[in-house]
Amino acid sequence: MVASHLPDAVQGPGPVDVVLNVNGATHVVRIEPRVSLLDCLRDHMNLTGAKKGCNQGACGACTVWVDKRRVVACLTLAIACEGREITTIEGLAENGILHPMQKAFLSEDAFQCGYCTPGQIMSAVALLAEGHAGSDAEIAEWMSGNICRCAAYPNIRTAIRDVRDGVGGVGSAAR
Amino acid sequence: MRPVSYSRVRDVATAIATVTADAGAAYLAGGTTKVDMLRIYAEASQRLVDINDLPIDHIEVQPDGALRIGAMARMNDVAMAPLVMERFPVISEALVLGASAQLRNMASMGGNMLQRTRCTYFRDAEASCNKREPGSGCDALTGVNRGHAVLGTSKHCIATHPSDVAVALTALDAVIHVQNTGGHHAYPIDDFFLLPGGTPQREHPLNHGDLITAIEVPALPVGRNSLYLKVRDRESYEFALASAACALRLENGVVAEVRLALGGVATKPWRARRAERALLGQPATRESFARAAAEEMSDAVARPMNEFKIELAQRTMVRALETLAARGDVS
Ligand SMILES: Cc1cc2nc3c(=O)[nH]c(=O)nc-3n(C[C@H](O)[C@H](O)[C@H](O)COP(=O)(O)OP(=O)(O)OC[C@H]3O[C@@H](n4cnc5c(N)ncnc54)[C@H](O)[C@@H]3O)c2cc1C
Ligand code: SF4
Ligand code: FES
Ligand code: FES
Repeated sequence: MVASHLPDAVQGPGPVDVVLNVNGATHVVRIEPRVSLLDCLRDHMNLTGAKKGCNQGACGACTVWVDKRRVVACLTLAIACEGREITTIEGLAENGILHPMQKAFLSEDAFQCGYCTPGQIMSAVALLAEGHAGSDAEIAEWMSGNICRCAAYPNIRTAIRDVRDGVGGVGSAAR
Repeated sequence: MRPVSYSRVRDVATAIATVTADAGAAYLAGGTTKVDMLRIYAEASQRLVDINDLPIDHIEVQPDGALRIGAMARMNDVAMAPLVMERFPVISEALVLGASAQLRNMASMGGNMLQRTRCTYFRDAEASCNKREPGSGCDALTGVNRGHAVLGTSKHCIATHPSDVAVALTALDAVIHVQNTGGHHAYPIDDFFLLPGGTPQREHPLNHGDLITAIEVPALPVGRNSLYLKVRDRESYEFALASAACALRLENGVVAEVRLALGGVATKPWRARRAERALLGQPATRESFARAAAEEMSDAVARPMNEFKIELAQRTMVRALETLAARGDVS
């Protein structure tokens, strides 16, 4: 561990080296502590799957996982993720094979413009792992943090039900 | 967002010493308020001290039956804790009905107590706002004030307190535990949240460096028959226009014990003490519920756009009470 990463060491306000584990790989980025996880992913790591809708926690387009929990990347500081495990939409497919939820979104037409989709999918996979997809009402409540301007909500719920129930050849729930 | 420096702390004493020593420092918990405030320039910390690794995220029952929630416990984890769902459904429901699943995974209970108002003029650096800039005026008084408060207001500020779970905690007489370099302090929750009066910038009694360590909810059997009712413009992921946290025990159809607090209509989480007094010993009927609710709102002060809240708050209280009464004498 380098000195700057000792617990109490003050880092910044200028650029510092930040070590991030994203989708299973370790990256070192040189960023200021004020940089959000969303800007870090998009502008410093070329991972543009997570989208910037509102930049104030209100839309869910930037949803990623930190230590397997879904969070909004726009209100997360990248430097605060050192030592944690970050997963983005780019890390969901395995060996080029789409995750069942990605397949279900395609087969159920669960999007129109697609802007909210990476966030919806990251949220949907987490939703199944959390066990909050029991009924349509429960899905709607626990997916409400992902706004869809195109209002693809019915198809999004269908895709989630497909994966939950293992129908349409999309396989069973979250891994 | 202006530049900030950052450090992560692992123990409570270091956290407190670090922030206390630097007037420009602030704690960073889930960041769902703090990062937002810094980004819109409503706050101006130069240094963030990350407290996410502090070992204060417990959710446990004390020997005396009280529930102790560590300040870093996340909203979702508290909401889903079986002992919270069973003993204090009103806390669990207030949490689940707040924010979104993602935000609740991030947001801490301590941070929730210190979240800032959603008043749009407070968030707009171009507007006059006594809370953001003391003495500058209050654009909400003559502006779009549909979402603003009707109870506890002053001529200097009419912003609502946005927290849901603080309303539930207020109904239950929770205590906020705080530590600083001088020792430990315990604030009854009703003393923790301050009315705006002439100093709307002062929302709570904490001094710089004070760390919330835990929230304690006294053992309260009536808590098992409780609920949180939240009325808003859309069904989810929205702040309350009016909300009620309520716990009720009936004996032979008469109100034997009641706890009632309001959200969305007041400048602080509002304990409805007048309504509680009016309900005790009364038959559990719609008429006595409505009379008590009217009593609570009798000196509410409305602005042109939020007059509807006076009626809405009453209906919310009545529906909460009726729902609990219909569940019968379960405790
Ligand atoms: C889009 C959106 C919708 C929301 N909807 C709701 C809603 O419907 N209902 C609701 O109740 N809330 C809602 N919230 C607010 C949310 O619950 C709060 O932002 C959150 O609880 C704050 O907790 P945090 O851990 O993220 O705090 P932070 O943002 O990290 O901190 C908030 C403040 O508290 C200070 N602080 C944090 N922890 C401590 C501590 N232990 N001791 C002393 N000081 C501390 C920080 O320095 C900062 O000033 C919403 C937020 C957003 C962005
Ligand atoms: S209501 Fe309060 S927070 Fe809103 S503009 Fe007026 S002083 Fe500021
Ligand atoms: S961009 Fe993060 S929630 Fe909208
Ligand atoms: S598909 Fe367009 S915003 Fe959801």
